[in-house]
Amino acid sequence: MNKERLKPEHPMEALLRMDRMPHIWCPTCGIGTAVSCFITALEKIDYPLDKVVVVSGIGCTGRVAGYVKLDSFHTTHGRPIPFATGLKLGNPELKVVVFSGDGDIVAIGGNHFIHAARRNIDITVICVNNFNYAMTGGQVAPTTPLTALATTSPYGCFETPFSIPYLADSCGAVYVARWTALHIRRLTKSMVEALNKPGFSVVEVICPCSTLYARRNKLGTGLDLMKFYHESSVIKHGADTRELDIEFQKPMVVGKFVDRERPTFLESWNAQMKKALGEKFQPYGGSNEHD
Amino acid sequence: MKVDPKGVLTGSYFLDGDHACCEGALAAGCRFAAGYPITPSTEVVERFAERIPLVGGIFIQMEDELASSIAILGASWAGLKSMTVTSGPGFSLMMEHIGLGAMLETPCVFVNVQRGGPSTGLPTLPGQADMMQARWGSHGDYELISLCPNSPQECFDFMIDAFNLSERYRVPVMFMMDECVGHMTEKVVIPPADQIEVVPRRYTTLPPEEYLPFKPDPDLVPPMVKVGDGYRFHVTGLTHDERGYPVMSAECQETLVHRLIDKIRRNARDIWIYEEDQVDGAEVVVISYGITHRVALRAVQMAREKGLKVGMMRLIVVWPFPEERIRQLADKVKAFVMPEMNYGQVVLELERCVAGKAKVLLAPHGGGTVHKPEQIYERIMEAAK
Repeated sequence: MNKERLKPEHPMEALLRMDRMPHIWCPTCGIGTAVSCFITALEKIDYPLDKVVVVSGIGCTGRVAGYVKLDSFHTTHGRPIPFATGLKLGNPELKVVVFSGDGDIVAIGGNHFIHAARRNIDITVICVNNFNYAMTGGQVAPTTPLTALATTSPYGCFETPFSIPYLADSCGAVYVARWTALHIRRLTKSMVEALNKPGFSVVEVICPCSTLYARRNKLGTGLDLMKFYHESSVIKHGADTRELDIEFQKPMVVGKFVDRERPTFLESWNAQMKKALGEKFQPYGGSNEHD
Repeated sequence: MKVDPKGVLTGSYFLDGDHACCEGALAAGCRFAAGYPITPSTEVVERFAERIPLVGGIFIQMEDELASSIAILGASWAGLKSMTVTSGPGFSLMMEHIGLGAMLETPCVFVNVQRGGPSTGLPTLPGQADMMQARWGSHGDYELISLCPNSPQECFDFMIDAFNLSERYRVPVMFMMDECVGHMTEKVVIPPADQIEVVPRRYTTLPPEEYLPFKPDPDLVPPMVKVGDGYRFHVTGLTHDERGYPVMSAECQETLVHRLIDKIRRNARDIWIYEEDQVDGAEVVVISYGITHRVALRAVQMAREKGLKVGMMRLIVVWPFPEERIRQLADKVKAFVMPEMNYGQVVLELERCVAGKAKVLLAPHGGGTVHKPEQIYERIMEAAK
């Protein structure tokens, strides 16, 4: 790609690390679209961007942290959520976003995901689901639909996949939505809502993996697949999360499924300590108190 | 810089090593701990969980040691002094983030109250067999700092050094206790807050447009920034340049990893802490660390009663290994004896530095209890022959 052509003010330049372009993502991969929606969402929320931090794990989506012009951390595989937990508890003023892939969040990081949801840690998880491990060459994932081909399921996937919204809902997440990468306006709106929501919020973004998943399963180009996901999906806000399984190349349900109130981890900490310790409790003010 | 007096429980107490370790952390300014229960270390976080709401900070019991060991890195980047506490099996799980901590140059402290291993081993009994794991356990090449206390008082005192060293050099510090030190109860004196020196974090004085997150000062340690202060910095576990951006090249690897190693090696003289007793003119020097030192004291006394000239050296900082001092001693003494609760770990470093100039005898022990003084005494007598 010619760097000069990018020069004349990319509209998102202020929030992207232009000195790191071109990015590593394949043409018609959905991650770029998800990042665009995220940047737009950041511009729409009323929050100082110096206080917004992005944490990623490892994988294609794990590279997001490296491209956004915010405080950002590219951590270890599966562990961005506990890193984000430390950041948020260390400085409760921060708005902490975990931006990572399905393998990172619900396979190797599955245990961290369910416990952060249970504790209602006040962070937003944006989970790009492309149904396979793309960075390492297209292996089967805990999200791969039954019968789909992957390098480590060459005869078709036979393990029941996770439904990310069902998992998030059942573990206590306060906000859960799913959109495809082409639901630009709705996905952006969900990101805004998730960012504004106190507590553990989850936005699943269904993305085509053009180079590996689409090619191996003979599903056309990434763009064909992106259009298919978008056009075949059915919007059903408030749908029962038990009914959100994704079947191979069948219409999937998208929408906002969960939006409820629960005290966050720190709210619960403060309430319980006040109750138990009364005057002796030193309310926790975060790292800035110790400067 | 003086410590925040809120965390300092000035006075004289009868405490076990685990509780004293927790008080040391609080006195050093630690305000965030993440942990997962594991014998014989759990008392450290139990006390932290009880004390921290009284001084203004957070304890979180995470879902496992992987989570605990990275949560403390997040808290550190948010600006808090942080620690996690574990024993052998949990320490194995934490290796991933000891490596990440070394790569991201994140100040924090890992406490390992060592028990017998391998695997589940001896949960309630001592060992010193994680010493090489503390040095080499995570993949890749790096250097960090390990300390070994031998009493509850030292669990308090050297926890403050552990936090200070981690801030000074921006490295994870391993605080390598053992079950004996963790569970023995002795007098612990906690000084007034104004007598405790703490090393503040080295924050940059440069504005965001001039700041490079991994550009080192002349001592090879880069000044840090805190999340949320407007620097819009990026940090990655990938090999990175001074901007913090990933660069997949042999040249960048050489620049980065060489500096990570040299920032400890070149500053080793300022890091080493050891004690010596009657090494001048000694024929045999007994070198030990942690609880084993206290057993060796009796063995040395027995040998001295027999008229032998025996010196003692105790390593408080084990990594980096005090190679310069060992080389000096190797020119003067006939033999070294090293007792340790393993079948030969730190003794390998001793042999490397002695380089054949003197005899090196190991007094090994599998753990589960401490050595008998006679086991060490016999090795001293053998060394003196």
